[in-house]
Amino acid sequence: MKFAHITALVLASAILGCNQPSGSVDRGQGGLAKQGGQAGGQQTAQPAGKEALSGSILVDGSSTVFPITEAVAEEFQKVYKGVRVTVGISGTGGGFKKFGNGEIDVTGASRPIKPSEVELCQKNGIEYVELPVAYDGLAVMVNPKNTWVDSMTVAELKKLWEPEAQGKVTRWNHIRPNWPDKEIHLFGAGVDSGTYDYFTAAIVGKEHSSRGDFTSSEDDNVLVQGIATDELALGFFGFAYYEENSDKLKLVKIDDEDPTNGDGPIAPSMETVIAGTYQPLSRPIFIYVNKKALDRPEVAEFVKFYLSNAPKLVKEVGYIPLPDRAYELAQKRADARRTGSLFAGAGSQVGVKIEDLLAAEEK
Amino acid sequence: MDSNTPKKQGGSLGESQSNRGASWAEKTFLAICYAALGLPLLLLVVLIVDVVIDGWPRLNWAFLTNYPSRKPEMAGILPALVGSAYLMLLTAAIAIPLGVGAAIYLEEYTRPSRITSLIELNISNLAGVPSIIYGLLGLELFVRAMQWGRSVVAGAATLALLLLPAVIMTAREALRTVPHSLREACYALGADRWQTIWRVVLPMSLPGILTGVILSLARAIGETAPLVMIGALTYVAFLPNSLKSPFTALPIQIFNWVSRPQAGFHTNAAAGIIVLLALMLALNGAAIWLRVRLQRRMDW
Repeated sequence: MKFAHITALVLASAILGCNQPSGSVDRGQGGLAKQGGQAGGQQTAQPAGKEALSGSILVDGSSTVFPITEAVAEEFQKVYKGVRVTVGISGTGGGFKKFGNGEIDVTGASRPIKPSEVELCQKNGIEYVELPVAYDGLAVMVNPKNTWVDSMTVAELKKLWEPEAQGKVTRWNHIRPNWPDKEIHLFGAGVDSGTYDYFTAAIVGKEHSSRGDFTSSEDDNVLVQGIATDELALGFFGFAYYEENSDKLKLVKIDDEDPTNGDGPIAPSMETVIAGTYQPLSRPIFIYVNKKALDRPEVAEFVKFYLSNAPKLVKEVGYIPLPDRAYELAQKRADARRTGSLFAGAGSQVGVKIEDLLAAEEK
Repeated sequence: MDSNTPKKQGGSLGESQSNRGASWAEKTFLAICYAALGLPLLLLVVLIVDVVIDGWPRLNWAFLTNYPSRKPEMAGILPALVGSAYLMLLTAAIAIPLGVGAAIYLEEYTRPSRITSLIELNISNLAGVPSIIYGLLGLELFVRAMQWGRSVVAGAATLALLLLPAVIMTAREALRTVPHSLREACYALGADRWQTIWRVVLPMSLPGILTGVILSLARAIGETAPLVMIGALTYVAFLPNSLKSPFTALPIQIFNWVSRPQAGFHTNAAAGIIVLLALMLALNGAAIWLRVRLQRRMDW
């Protein structure tokens, strides 16, 4: 069944013509060669021998964080050839389950740890260091043929997505009377994902709570295809997927009606996410490191490598880097083995600037 | 080969008859049959052609020998390919002795009884259990209870369980094709049951058994759900070096690439699918070749 799903997707992507321009191959290779040189240069400055380091580092968790961790692991293993890094994808929740059972060293999370997960860690005596690694914007998207929607307010999105909307808010003119009297077809990230948790926390106001009558998929490409082929569609997913499919989708500007972080409707972009004006749909994403594992030199080195290379690698894989200052503060946090969550273990919080939280902790 | 010829003759005889005196109903039925055969074949051709168009430019030696990468054009399938090969070898090593042993026991040693019919019923039931359930079983039994961790051997053991019913059933079919008179002749010459099984029954039924095993393996190489369940990884930049080594497999690598936003990864997925299809075709081809070769040796 999986296979059928895959081939169907390949088929779909072929029909829509996702041919990669051949020129990009050369660019990619050139970039890598340059990077290899940089990594080598960095290495000579390090006192500890790169060959001496060995062992294995088990990473798992969110599929949102995966591309970043994959990039870091790839570069890390070029320098530290004796260390084996493996990365799995179990989702944010699945990752925390394994992390809380002590099965893995590091887990990626697209939202802060939840109370139930904190409990699991406590029960098994596992302490963790929470490190923000990037920003991710959630984009709200409609079909390009949709001429009536340009922007939406958070209140309108709430009216559309809250649990009470199920069966009631089913047509576009239910949201704004001057929009057409046509059905609205909703698409959203899978309900086990951190993306869904964050979206519901930011829009509905309650984490993991929304209407149930929408097409949900863990695979964002399915959502892209769904919205791209349905004139009446509206959906949300990670900004990286919009960037790669910007010709097939139309971005909806979001107005949080709060002038303190930018006036009027704002579209997600590298700039608006970093500046903190694309609110409330931009969020930090994290890695959680087992404190005991952090005492192993290879894990400590991996975390250091992660944070120092993140600004470059994060951008490369389609996410938005944190300000440099935030990475410095995160490194300090790791060095001091400061355990616990900046979010007090309460799950998703909306509209936070990670460097402010880190800085507040420093004081 | 030889055994096929009579069948073919029979077929052509039937055809010529039908051409002469075919009724309207028979012609319609034949047309429906061709349509039923043609439609899935057409679908298969469309799928293969499409995947090949997408992935062919990406298929080169580097793609087969590179480790995964964040850059689609640098990424390769080596760990997945080797992981899948390890899985297949280990799965075969576990499933063949167990499956063939069970088949020999059921065919040669037991008499029909309430217990054997219960066993048979369970085997055919197990053959219909969805693969994800085997994944859950493998997770609890091999990964946790037996503490093998999320390793190649746990994956292979899980896949072996998945294949076992099919292997047992095809092996039994093959054992049944050995004429009873041969067994009796063997006993008449003074051989005991052990000698009869080892020297007569098993060699005679080997082509059938091997075909069944290889066809089951070809199915297992595309399995994803049980492997995801027992925790096959997505990014592994080294090859498995022991039974307990972590691993990844082709379907998992392909699945990961398909779900990435960048179109370059989708091309990689198409290329990965071609490799997977080629492997399956090679396995199926090996099954046919073995059957033909061993059958020729066996004819007298």
